[in-house]
Amino acid sequence: MSQNQPTALERFVQGILPENPVYRQLLGMCPTLAVTNNLLSAVTMTAAVMFVLVCANLIVSLIRDLLKPHLRIVIFTLTIATFVTVADRLLAAFVYPMSKTLGPYIPLIIVNCIIICRCEVCASKQGPLVAVADGLGQSLGFGLGLASIAAVREILGTGMWFGLRILPEAWPDWVIMVLPPGAFLTFGLLLGLVNWFNARRGVKEGA
Amino acid sequence: MKPSSQLSPEAVAAPGPAIEVAPSPHLADAGQSTRRMMIDVLIALAPVTAVAIVVFRWYAVQQLAICIGTCMAAEVFFAFLRGRRAPLGDASAAVTGAILALSLPATAPWYTAFIGSLVAIGVGKAIFGGLGMNLFNPAMVGRAFVMISFAGALGAAGYQDPAGRIDVMTQATPLTAFKQSGIAADLADLFWGTTNGSLGEISAAACLVGGLYLCLRRTASWQIPFSMLAAAGLLAWLDAGLGAGGWGVWHHLCGGAMLFGAFFIATDPVSSPLTPWGKIVFGAGTGALVMLIRIFSGYPEGVMFAVLLMNALTPLINRWTIPRPFGGQ
Repeated sequence: MSQNQPTALERFVQGILPENPVYRQLLGMCPTLAVTNNLLSAVTMTAAVMFVLVCANLIVSLIRDLLKPHLRIVIFTLTIATFVTVADRLLAAFVYPMSKTLGPYIPLIIVNCIIICRCEVCASKQGPLVAVADGLGQSLGFGLGLASIAAVREILGTGMWFGLRILPEAWPDWVIMVLPPGAFLTFGLLLGLVNWFNARRGVKEGA
Repeated sequence: MKPSSQLSPEAVAAPGPAIEVAPSPHLADAGQSTRRMMIDVLIALAPVTAVAIVVFRWYAVQQLAICIGTCMAAEVFFAFLRGRRAPLGDASAAVTGAILALSLPATAPWYTAFIGSLVAIGVGKAIFGGLGMNLFNPAMVGRAFVMISFAGALGAAGYQDPAGRIDVMTQATPLTAFKQSGIAADLADLFWGTTNGSLGEISAAACLVGGLYLCLRRTASWQIPFSMLAAAGLLAWLDAGLGAGGWGVWHHLCGGAMLFGAFFIATDPVSSPLTPWGKIVFGAGTGALVMLIRIFSGYPEGVMFAVLLMNALTPLINRWTIPRPFGGQ
């Protein structure tokens, strides 16, 4: 392949912060907003996405020379759908309550832009090692984004963190934070904060 | 000198006679400032506030103090974050705080007033770029946030405190009493304000006095309260005609936050339309939504949601009702 493609390590690191799928690429908004009302479901979601992303990246990377340009999206989607079905059935078999909580959002990983984007950008152009590293990095970044939103929402909304009470019993639960408006508010404010930090860092480096 | 150079540093440093360049209108009345309007609103809120303090005593004083204090502190804080000086002089934060406080029940715990004020100024106003840029009425954004968050304290049941030290507080609000038990309040009680409810809404008379002052001073446009009350009255008349016994047109108009909302909340000049016809559409839509929420939803009162929903439509209404200039096509 071409010489100026990023290496596996670069792909891995880039996914976590510099190209964070949630805060920098704004991809995969649906699960970001829908399953972040507590940390446990955010982490489960991340695990499912990581499994699907790494496997799909690996398969797509292995068959990348066979892909026909006009059919590639179909192949990506079919590959992803296979692994999503595996993940969905695994969750339903072993953590049934969580599977009920996440509801349609696990099957919806099939159309999650992050995965199609990574297949298109990385896996269909680079080797399996790079593709797997890329999948791991991107899903860690995705998990970081989800966990940050879920932490704020769960702590303010229920006074708990991972289901453990960390704020005193007297804490009045901000019910709105575990409802959909809380997702938009928290995500918007955190996104603003991230942009503000980046702007400040940019100013410092530029000076 | 180029018109655009008035803001550039070179123009300031340039020697020679200064030429003042400003955008039109050049004949603006200097008295028509934001500060004057906001102080007008505070004056107009005086009768409502007085009734609230007479009826709810320290509860009202406490809510007002927390809300106004927090709103002004939040204004300073968010202005500081944005690297600006806090525009406390225009009194808009105080108005937001006062309206928020007057829209809360006497029983609301202190943190609801505090969080509501922070959200009103922070999320309702500062995020959008400060006064004049906000899409939604800041006080109502704050109230909606705490009402959904702390439904137990601010929902219909939260208004009633059996252990309250003031008799009024131990009763259900007139709207809740009607919704749940079909008990119609006495019209005179609704008019003079001897029933339970949000601090500012209880007395129709006080709302009318303050509201008429605002309209006469042209601080509030008369079109909004007029069309809002007309639309609500029409729907209330239809509803009463269809057999909702005991709760008639005047009950709907004098009860709940209808008058307070019509004169003080819906008339917010930032989040309501600019054109005369737009204001009438806005008011009528708000009145109709209030009545729909009161009659068909689980909530006994709907002024807050009605105003917020119509705020969202304001840009659209503005676009629909652009007036044709004289001699224009």
